Amino acid sequence: MAILETQGLTYTYSQGTPFEKTAVDHVDLKIEEGEMVGVMGHTGSGKSTLIQHFNGLLRPTSGKVLLDGRDIWEDKAKIREVRFQVGLVFQYPEYQIFEETVYKDIAFGPKNMGLDDAEIKRRVLATAHDIGLKEELLDRSPFELSGGQKRRVAIAGVMAMEPKVLILDEPTAGLDPAGRDKILSHIKAYHERTKNTTLIVSHSMEDIAGFADKILVMNKAKLFCYDDTEKVFGRAEEISAIGLDVPQVTKVFLELKKRGLDFGKEVYTVGYARDLLIKQLKEREGQ
Amino acid sequence: MLKDITIGQYFPGSSLIHRLDPRFKIVMTVIYILMLFTGSRLSCLIVGAVYTVMAVLLSKIPMKMFMKSVKPLMPFLLITALINLFLVGTGATVYKWRFINITEDGINISIFMVIRIVLLIMGSSLLTYTTSPITLTDAIERLLTPLKKLKFPVHELAMMMSIALRFIPTLIEETEKIMSAQKARGAEIDTGSFMTRAKNMAAILVPLFISSFRRADELATAMECRCYHGGEGRTRLRQLRSSPRDYTALAVTIVFYAAAIVIAHI
Repeated sequence: MAILETQGLTYTYSQGTPFEKTAVDHVDLKIEEGEMVGVMGHTGSGKSTLIQHFNGLLRPTSGKVLLDGRDIWEDKAKIREVRFQVGLVFQYPEYQIFEETVYKDIAFGPKNMGLDDAEIKRRVLATAHDIGLKEELLDRSPFELSGGQKRRVAIAGVMAMEPKVLILDEPTAGLDPAGRDKILSHIKAYHERTKNTTLIVSHSMEDIAGFADKILVMNKAKLFCYDDTEKVFGRAEEISAIGLDVPQVTKVFLELKKRGLDFGKEVYTVGYARDLLIKQLKEREGQ
Repeated sequence: MLKDITIGQYFPGSSLIHRLDPRFKIVMTVIYILMLFTGSRLSCLIVGAVYTVMAVLLSKIPMKMFMKSVKPLMPFLLITALINLFLVGTGATVYKWRFINITEDGINISIFMVIRIVLLIMGSSLLTYTTSPITLTDAIERLLTPLKKLKFPVHELAMMMSIALRFIPTLIEETEKIMSAQKARGAEIDTGSFMTRAKNMAAILVPLFISSFRRADELATAMECRCYHGGEGRTRLRQLRSSPRDYTALAVTIVFYAAAIVIAHI
């Protein structure tokens, strides 16, 4: 059964005023448990609005959001429970840090869940380790840390709630390449260890293509496609047409195909491209 | 919920009121307030009410917007009315029960106070609804120019006002973002007991203060990079010019004020 499902999800901002705007328009999708999903779309395509529905921060204008097959708005009083099960990390999450120590800030979520101190401690230490924060940092003030470290503290704050579904909105925005790779690899390791469902919103195809099982593309408030990574990049030309960028290596291989060198497969990571090319070259040598 | 705040909001338009010189509009608003405080009988307010209705109609801003600006002050209005109703002891008694003594004067004064406050809010809302914050501070700066002779930092004051006004929407947006982020971590902000909500306010206020200081710092640097050094020798992009229209509007306002004074002394 799908862990997260939407049925005809529609959301309209400022309904009934001249500023009315439909940000999400009849979206139906099913996200299976344990998947790593990349969410892509232009600025204003409705992806941020969409993900805020998954943990009940926004209430659909019409349609439903189902978590484990149950409508999350069935009982309004239980919406907080939903937020513990679906963790949402906003863009630039370091701006939400407020506690005196890193430990306390990571513990904020688990504490709101009403866990006991031993369990909170276990979770804080585990997530700090997962996200690559050294233990001696835990007693420091989060405001003394570097930008990348702050970002990781904020992400750990949501991870520590051990949500079934973890959603990250542009977790690498504004970081340098080294910081970006670090955060992505930690998220990936966490996903592999806990087998949770992870959704990552990103502008960068290169980021997503590397490790997402599936890709969800939003375009002009509608669901453009939701499919396996390979199949989505198989529609590289369509994706380029709606103004999104496909990975550079995919572009190279599309051009090769045009010139008559067809590998019959979609190429979207550099490693895979290298293997394909080596194989091809060896075959030629053999001939 | 924060988006419902309408105080200080500007509704662009091209009505007669929108086009008036902002300096005149400020002066007229001051006269208007004096007008409302002339006399203490209900009949005195009629002049003010007529003037308000006239100005509101000319501004072409829907009445709904004015109701919205009055709404947040409802509790205040209610308390004012009740205090006057119960505490004014003069005049003929209308209703008496134990220590409660409601008199005719009490009823009249509470109605009078409520109408006066509503008119005050509507009139001052009209000023901000029809004048953009930037022009408003420009006008204040011009009106206060004489004070420069007394070494009063007029330009600095006006600059601080424009910056403050400019950042109201930004702060509202920022607050909403932080609230959502903390709600996502299970903070109870709209729900929960008063104590938990008060505690969770720290989770919103601390990040908000930090980002405000950061913003202020960045803005100061940006201003210095562009060689900002105060108002001395600075020329303006928008020159304020008064036209016969402005003098006519001012004359009409003064006539209304005179009428209010006459009625108050009959």
